[in-house]
Amino acid sequence: MKKFANKKWLAMALLAVAFFAAEVRSGFAQANPSHPRGGSTAVTVPRLPRFRFENYTTADGLPDNHVYAVLVDGDRIWAGTNNGLGLYEGGKWKTYTTKDGLAHRAVLSLALDKRTGDVWAGTMGGLSRVSGGRIVSYTQLNSGLSNDVVYGVSVEGENVWVATAAGACRLNLHTGEWSLYNERNTPMREIWVYGVSATATKVYFAVWGSGLLEFNQKTERWDLYDDPDGENELVLFKDQGLIHDIVSSVSYVDGIVWAATYFGDSRYDGRYWHNFLTKDSGLPSNFTNYVKGVDANHAWFCTDKGLAYYDGASWAVYTRSLSSHKPVMTVRDAKGNVTEVPVTSGPAHNYILGIDFQGDDIWVATAEGLSHGILQR
Amino acid sequence: MSRAPQSSRTKAGLAMFFCALAGALFCGVPWTGGKVRAAASDRTGEHLDYASPLEVLLSPDDARLYVLCQQSEDVRVLDANSYEVMGRVAVGRVPRGMALSRAGDRLFVTNSWDDTVSVIDTRTLTVAATWSVGLEPSGVVEDAAGRYVFVANRISSDIAVLDAQTGAEEKRLLAGRGASYLALSPDGKRIYATHIYPNLPPLRTGLENRTPPESEITVIDARSAEVVDRIPLHSIAGVFHLAISADGRLGAVAEFHPKNLVPLAHLEHGGAFAYTLTLFGADVGQPVEIPLDELDRYASQPFGVAIAPDSSRLYVTLGGSESVLAIDVPHLLHFIHTRPRPESGSFAQDLSASGNYVAARIPVGHNPRGLALSGDARKLFVANRLDDTISVIDTSTLRVATTIALAGPKTVSALRRGEQTFYSAHYSFQAQISCSSCHIDSTFDGLQWDLEPDGFGIDIVDNKMLEDIKDIAPYKWNGGNPNLPTECGPRTEKYFWRSENYDDLTLTDLVTYIRSLAPRPNRWRLPGHELSPAQERGNALFERDVDKFGKPIPLTNRCSYCHSGPKGTNQKLFDVGTRKPTDSSGLLKTPQLTNIALTGPYLHDGSARTLEEIWTIYNPEDKHGRTNDLTKDELNDLIEYLRTR
Repeated sequence: MKKFANKKWLAMALLAVAFFAAEVRSGFAQANPSHPRGGSTAVTVPRLPRFRFENYTTADGLPDNHVYAVLVDGDRIWAGTNNGLGLYEGGKWKTYTTKDGLAHRAVLSLALDKRTGDVWAGTMGGLSRVSGGRIVSYTQLNSGLSNDVVYGVSVEGENVWVATAAGACRLNLHTGEWSLYNERNTPMREIWVYGVSATATKVYFAVWGSGLLEFNQKTERWDLYDDPDGENELVLFKDQGLIHDIVSSVSYVDGIVWAATYFGDSRYDGRYWHNFLTKDSGLPSNFTNYVKGVDANHAWFCTDKGLAYYDGASWAVYTRSLSSHKPVMTVRDAKGNVTEVPVTSGPAHNYILGIDFQGDDIWVATAEGLSHGILQR
Repeated sequence: MSRAPQSSRTKAGLAMFFCALAGALFCGVPWTGGKVRAAASDRTGEHLDYASPLEVLLSPDDARLYVLCQQSEDVRVLDANSYEVMGRVAVGRVPRGMALSRAGDRLFVTNSWDDTVSVIDTRTLTVAATWSVGLEPSGVVEDAAGRYVFVANRISSDIAVLDAQTGAEEKRLLAGRGASYLALSPDGKRIYATHIYPNLPPLRTGLENRTPPESEITVIDARSAEVVDRIPLHSIAGVFHLAISADGRLGAVAEFHPKNLVPLAHLEHGGAFAYTLTLFGADVGQPVEIPLDELDRYASQPFGVAIAPDSSRLYVTLGGSESVLAIDVPHLLHFIHTRPRPESGSFAQDLSASGNYVAARIPVGHNPRGLALSGDARKLFVANRLDDTISVIDTSTLRVATTIALAGPKTVSALRRGEQTFYSAHYSFQAQISCSSCHIDSTFDGLQWDLEPDGFGIDIVDNKMLEDIKDIAPYKWNGGNPNLPTECGPRTEKYFWRSENYDDLTLTDLVTYIRSLAPRPNRWRLPGHELSPAQERGNALFERDVDKFGKPIPLTNRCSYCHSGPKGTNQKLFDVGTRKPTDSSGLLKTPQLTNIALTGPYLHDGSARTLEEIWTIYNPEDKHGRTNDLTKDELNDLIEYLRTR
């Protein structure tokens, strides 16, 4: 039944696209609604960014099509793949492997030290620092790193914060000291830490099964934010707290926490929570691998069913049709009106794992390639 | 853990026995029944306030000569023509590096034991500011725009980027291990950094201690203050000063090329070191390594490099050979471009090569280090560190025209004679090596050596640091030497020098010097010597006598038993389970813990790259202390404590 409904919706959407394709006037989506949920027959479609996607695969020199993470450093693009760390520079790909000192072939996370230009790569076998072409790797055997499976990394000043499969840790680059954070010294109930976002004031950890962990750098106090509904996957009290305890990613920007879980996403301003589910937002899926906030009101969500952008009121989704694989972009306004916008390109795959920004452009890590979204003006 | 039988005597020990006996019979060393005693070996030596000039600099107008004096801890300012003293500015402890601002109005001096930079106003000759930097600052340079001051930190192996006006640290860049010397390219675009210890191997292969060392020249973009390149230096360990020609087309760096993978006993076969330059830049294309050694005499321990403004000559100080090499650059380039270049890019093994480009070897004083060439290239100033003199070389005759004596004690103490011996390659076959070839700046070299003439790859040992080693006999990893006179005398003479023995007074002076080597300040101890919470927890683990399951830990399996006392050694031999098939014995003398954080790699053969690996990899049976009950947090705490020792 649900399948049928989706097809019907899709057919209507395509029809609407055919009628109104010519109405698109700029890089920001501007089309008439294809499926006005609110019953209105004429609404203004929000202007949300429209991209022309160029996709990179192994055929172009990408080390592997499975891209876990992407990082932009000016004109240089770093891709953490399942088979090495790729660097795209000057139109060419260069691959760093374990032969170069990379801790493991599978690179799960990336962070840039903006002051030095060093890139930190979290891998399945440790943490690697790429500096001027030289790689120094830290593992649980040769250093104080808590565990070799490094899901997340974030650089703040002289500290490198690391999310691992056995707790979180911090490396002080000036003293060389490792500090470990786990169930013994924090409110962490589970130690499977999936993501970290560090600033000079606060550090947030996305903990799989243990919610969101906050470390106040000034007071050195820990706070745990978890789902008020407990382990129940039903949302009994919306916006009363974190949407779910299985947190996969966190992004702290402009004093706002954006948290991604496998059962919806959350925004927290220090006082109020706002949660996002497919049923009441533009999210294409509640299963979110990664979130990156642009600022307090804008964020990107990387889900298993496409890439979503939220501008504080409206949503844009960049995906591909499951049946035809043709690219699809939809826009959902604040009232819930959904409009399909004609596009000729889309991300390489619907399973989105990461994103970073290059000016107005985006770079997207997917399960089947790396995508460069070039803003259309 | 098993204690060494008191009566056991290793093969090496027997060798030492006969060696010592032979020394007593033929070399005049007093024989005392198993131990060699140098004359009055327990005397401490007289500490005199020598200047020990390490670096020299000329002002942009060539009017002044700045002399950095490491032991008297000051900068002497001399008239560069009359050599009259114009002033003297006290700086911090153990200064090591010096650089002028582009305008010449400020002189930056790094104080390696204080972790600071003294900023000297060259008009008033006073210290205008003192800036905090990283651990053990060494080289320093200001960029051409006067925006940043770069400081190479030897212990933290990084380069601090400071605001050139306020001294505020903006960031630190990853450099090679033991970052030490910096040079600014003439066009001001690049800063080049070198380092004195080889980088740790990036991958764990189990053969880290049997692979050639790797070093680098770190290339920094002066504008963005980011590392933009790293020029690899294969088989190099110990990289010192670097110079760039005025036209920017030729770079040269002084370096050691150790041959630590073959037995050191092969010294007479050229088996210990090649002393080389690596050249880079447009004049040479791909970087190329060229030897400085000659067929029958080595160019031991190159340190300072200067290139004449017209690129006609290149000068290198040889710290161990007590001389300066003058190299004809056109001949050098001709050699490089006409000889088939080895695939490795290195001519280091060709002892006939230097005959093509070495123009002269100019004898100077003891342990020549820094050098400065006048703007007209007619005078070359050389700091003779262990003579308290400056040699002024007339570059037209390639002879010392004048020797400037710096103010200070005129007598040469036993301590100073010992230090001169330590740094002089005079005693070894073809003057190849001295103690300081491996104990760089009286420390260590981060290498593992095949010392004994017992076959290739047998009994590999890690080089230890010398600081604070008095009164911890026996010596050697296998405890085979009962005292320092034995260690430094017959053992060194027989196995290392292969040429000339010390007389007993020389040996006494040498031992006196080595015994005087104090530990540098420990950087991980908090002010007041209290411990941080992590160090406190680690200390408790170090001292514990019961494991986490409540089971008593046998005495010989406690950290605090073997590593007891102020230096962290009970001076006894134990088997900690690290014996390799290529080791003659598993019994090893407990090493001291003084500044243990600096001295990696670890274990007797350097197989553990880090302190962590001692226990995460090389202690599977808890023979090296009871540690396998510890969590990762606790092991980290233990290491934090060890770093305070």
